[in-house]
Amino acid sequence: MTTTDIMTIALRPRVERRPIRRVLARPETGAFVAALAVLVFFSIYTNTFLTLPGAGVWLESASTFGIMAVAVALLMIGGEFDLSAGVMTGFTALIVGILTTQFGLNIWVAAVISLIVALAIGALNGYVVMRTGLPSFIVTLGTFFVLAGADLAVTKLLTGQVSIQGMAKVPNYDSIQPLFGSSITIGGGVFYVSVVWWIVVTAIATWVLLRTRAGNWIFAVGGALNSSRQVGVPVMKTKIGLFMTTAGAAWLVGMISLFRTSTVQANTGVGQEFIYIICAVVGGCLLTGGYGSAVGAALGALIYGMVFQGITFAQWDTNWLRTVLGAMLLLAVFLNHWVRRRASGGAQ
Amino acid sequence: MTSTEPKTRITILEVNNIGKSYGAVNALAGISTVVNAGQVTCVLGDNGAGKSTFIKILAGAHTPSEGQLLLDGEPVTFSSPRAALDRGIATVYQDLAVVPLMPVWRNFFLGSELTRGSGPFRRLDVKEMKRITLTELLNMGIDLRDVDQPIGTLSGGERQCVAIARAVYFGARVLILDEPTAALGVKQSGVVLRYIARARDRGLGVVFITHNPHHAFPVGDRFLLLNRGESIGDFEKSKITLGELTSLMAGGAELDSLTHELERELGADSPLVKELEAENQQAE
Ligand SMILES: Nc1ncnc2c1ncn2[C@@H]1O[C@H](COP(=O)(O)OP(=O)(O)O)[C@@H](O)[C@H]1O
Ligand SMILES: [Mg+2]
Repeated sequence: MTTTDIMTIALRPRVERRPIRRVLARPETGAFVAALAVLVFFSIYTNTFLTLPGAGVWLESASTFGIMAVAVALLMIGGEFDLSAGVMTGFTALIVGILTTQFGLNIWVAAVISLIVALAIGALNGYVVMRTGLPSFIVTLGTFFVLAGADLAVTKLLTGQVSIQGMAKVPNYDSIQPLFGSSITIGGGVFYVSVVWWIVVTAIATWVLLRTRAGNWIFAVGGALNSSRQVGVPVMKTKIGLFMTTAGAAWLVGMISLFRTSTVQANTGVGQEFIYIICAVVGGCLLTGGYGSAVGAALGALIYGMVFQGITFAQWDTNWLRTVLGAMLLLAVFLNHWVRRRASGGAQ
Repeated sequence: MTSTEPKTRITILEVNNIGKSYGAVNALAGISTVVNAGQVTCVLGDNGAGKSTFIKILAGAHTPSEGQLLLDGEPVTFSSPRAALDRGIATVYQDLAVVPLMPVWRNFFLGSELTRGSGPFRRLDVKEMKRITLTELLNMGIDLRDVDQPIGTLSGGERQCVAIARAVYFGARVLILDEPTAALGVKQSGVVLRYIARARDRGLGVVFITHNPHHAFPVGDRFLLLNRGESIGDFEKSKITLGELTSLMAGGAELDSLTHELERELGADSPLVKELEAENQQAE
């Protein structure tokens, strides 16, 4: 933890007696302001952004990132990173794709097996981090590359291609598809069920963080690991649970992408792990752990989704997409930081 | 001040010849003492003497390499701090075991949170925890209007007192304090010493670690002196004077200068200084 972090947050109580300041001092306030700014900007700059069809597009885009960002935010509050989170979304979808198309397994059974494997890998990530004391950054970087390689090699070996096709022809596909890939059309806008998952995940995460013992332990292990251990917080259980939660969220996102498109590429999710972290940080999480919010991370993902699709709507040269994204995300982080500093009485 | 005549006391914890080595480093060897209910056992020693190692063994954070712990006369081994805590041995570490960014009330109940409801609806009883934190701290004489503030914003002395209040509330029988006054000024140290006395008067057995005999002597009933991992004595209060204690610790010559130092800070009329001067004469 840096001195600035402690200063910023330590100065909160002095100002929290004033209600407006109290709101401003919340971790997600910066992200909320930034999201509003992005929304207003693209709504004015393009005609399509603030329409139902437009909203359907950017909400869908934000939803899967949002589910992951919320899980990653919990993990970061708990003081850890998971670089295998991105590739895990492809890995879980590939397991279902291969088990059903190549081995004829029942699709529901395949989905459950995929979940169990994901949770096991998450638990292994956590166990190795806790046992070795190595930074989770390194451990999960290893998992990332192991999974990314296995995804490509196994898919190529079994199908001769780098993607799984023909999922829609698998028996019972229609019985499971609506759960993850269905959509409704409102006023010409297509709204996917993934948006509901996103909201549900955010709501549950917020409840767990603020109103359960587990939430208390998450803040504690990320804020001061040794102190937590000394007062009897089950540190191992909490950390492993967090890695399993991230893996479980990756499974959910894997199922969502699989059943929305009925196909999966072997490199799905690779490179997205940092976007989750960015969303969480934009949402007010400290990189050093012990502080942050699930709602903030969800808002961070919303900003990402809006910028991502807004650029397309604005018909800017998409080659600049990443550059613009990076700049806007940096801006959001600065804004977030600025709001938080203002909230703490304008110190320094 | 404490009574000096020996009384028959109920012994809670007995330490028999324990030792601890970290690999090749012998941090502790052949240490014995007792912790009685309603008494303060002080553990004194310079930096690196093995004080922290000693209390980590009592607290269940380390298992001793040799020797035995007896709790209520029965041999025990603690597998974890939690196990020791469940048997009523609570420890307030040098770093206080608090999470600076978390509110006071969350810190107070950390690891022992109150909940209501059951199954998936089991949730923190926030209201009750805030209320108890507020009243327990008031009982200790600390008035925090806002238990929602991060504990990192409290002063060092206040944080110590929150940690002590927490241990007392959770039914500790033995309270272990690792150098609670080390980082504090004279005034704040006095406040903490008063809470130590208060915990003792409630019948707790207190283990008070310090390298300052002037903090130990007024509240202590028994003094265990460590030097480079070995015991250089385990005295009851009636068997030792502050002068002797200080001599054993650092050489008697320093007592004079310490008395003068305290005199400057507390004033010549302060009871502590008067007491010190008396001890000084005794020692000479
Ligand atoms: N985890 C450890 N590993 C190796 N040596 C240690 C460890 N903890 C303490 N020591 C050593 O044991 C000795 C006693 O340390 P400690 O109990 O912390 O003393 P004190 O608290 O009295 O200052 C020191 O020499 C210290 O370097
Ligand atoms: Mg020490």
